[in-house]
Amino acid sequence: MIKNLKKQNVWFVFTPYLWLVLFFFVPLALIFKISISVSEWGMPPYRDLFSFSENGLKINSTLGNYLFIFSDPFYIRSYLNSLSLAFTSTVLCLLIGYPIAFYVAKSKPSIRNILLIMLIIPFWSSFLLRVYAWKVLLQGSGIINSILIHIGLISEPISMLHNHYAVILGVVYTYLPFMILPLYGYLVKFDLNLIDASNDLGAKPLNTFVKVILPLSLPGIVAGSMLVFIPVVGEYIIPEMLGGSDKLYFGKIIWDEFFVNRDWPIASALAMSGIVILVFPIIIFQLMYAKYNFKNE
Amino acid sequence: MNKLFFKIFTLTIGFSFLYFPILTLIAYSFNDNKRVMVWKGFSFRWYKELFQNEQILEAFYTSLKIASLSATFATIMGVMIGFSLTRISKIPARPFFIFLSSSPLVMPEIILGLSLLLFFISSNHIIGFPSSKGQLTVLISHITFSVAFVAVIIQSRLSSYDKNIEEAAQDLGTIPNMIFWKVTAPVILPAILSGWLLAFTLSLDDLVVASFTTGPGANTLPIVVFSKVRLGLSPEVNALSAIIMLIVILAAISIYLINRSNIKK
Repeated sequence: MIKNLKKQNVWFVFTPYLWLVLFFFVPLALIFKISISVSEWGMPPYRDLFSFSENGLKINSTLGNYLFIFSDPFYIRSYLNSLSLAFTSTVLCLLIGYPIAFYVAKSKPSIRNILLIMLIIPFWSSFLLRVYAWKVLLQGSGIINSILIHIGLISEPISMLHNHYAVILGVVYTYLPFMILPLYGYLVKFDLNLIDASNDLGAKPLNTFVKVILPLSLPGIVAGSMLVFIPVVGEYIIPEMLGGSDKLYFGKIIWDEFFVNRDWPIASALAMSGIVILVFPIIIFQLMYAKYNFKNE
Repeated sequence: MNKLFFKIFTLTIGFSFLYFPILTLIAYSFNDNKRVMVWKGFSFRWYKELFQNEQILEAFYTSLKIASLSATFATIMGVMIGFSLTRISKIPARPFFIFLSSSPLVMPEIILGLSLLLFFISSNHIIGFPSSKGQLTVLISHITFSVAFVAVIIQSRLSSYDKNIEEAAQDLGTIPNMIFWKVTAPVILPAILSGWLLAFTLSLDDLVVASFTTGPGANTLPIVVFSKVRLGLSPEVNALSAIIMLIVILAAISIYLINRSNIKK
């Protein structure tokens, strides 16, 4: 172990942190600055925060952008929609992914490795193309409509695209491997004898699951849920490709404010509020969870 | 018997759900019809058109270039972070550095993209760099969000292996730099490789951050594909999906076979 920071090691240690400060934290500070600036026509489309005039330094800052966002239910609803999408799809991924991960982990080693490879293949293949695949499937002339008509369940193609159910389906489909793989990682280390022991001691299967298997796979559940929840909160691609106008999500609103309305201050204020509303709860949860684990150890 | 039936049932349904959309897409890539979902006959027509599509080929090349550069830089810095967090006991303000290195993990990509774009625009105003948005700005952005992921992988590998090996080397008089190259690096090599692969895939797959930070002449593959399928379907993209799936499946099978022969040894 290196006990002291030698001079030649200083650059080795601090280069990556400098990089992150420069390209991650400075840009965040910048959107904060723009979020309290006043919109203006021109390039860049906001007024400088500080300006010098005859009367000395003048500060052109405003909380107007934030007031505007929080007085308009349109924006608040988009935050709530994103949160509820992330929550719903995390729960669905867990419900679908848990049994799959469990049975894969409990297969014979030879079969298990093949199944594991089959889980990793969708994980590696392009995210965008997997979303696109559902766009193809759900078309009015798509294969699901054809099957439903063929078996006589419906008589005319129904529109399955461009609503928030299609978005949930797309999210669950694309993020399912992110849930299954960490769950598998914990379940595969799990000693099968514990289940037998619990059964031998007279526990019913449900009790064994709730009291033995579930607590031991909790770290996998938390890890998988984080891997699904965090990216889905800001998801832009899936609502854009499969969603409609029935529910708008936070990621798409920022995109439109920036690229379509060209309102940089509002887009920045939305991003800052997004960090406070959507990202801070995740950080707090992780800190609490780390503390809880620490106590239990 | 009931239990076994339930297991096979669950796995069949689960894997069908994962594979049905992909396989349908591959099947329809051979459809000789401009209307994607109406079957006309088997043909390689869309593969031919795909390989004549300059825009897609160029974007594919750009993506590969950015992804391999980004993965390399991100891995180097990820190793530096992992090493400094697990091996330097006297690093001042450790929690602060942990916070620095892990916060990109929880940042939504849309906010990351927006903030980087605004940053590049203002730094261009102030110091004239970067002179324009393009491959360089996309590369910088990709390195930035990949570093944190690589650092996590390296860190978990470094903290799980026995530090005594390094201390033994030190006691035997090995100088610190040599310890890293001769002892630590070989042990964490698998973690370095998987970190590089993860960073490579993250960059190759990224649409949102690249859309914000790209400029003329720097369209990556996801940007071109997205512009083709945002409003409708594209038979060329079906063919592209089939090719990408084929590459991924071949890679997965070869890794499986390598692993199996290693275990047998």
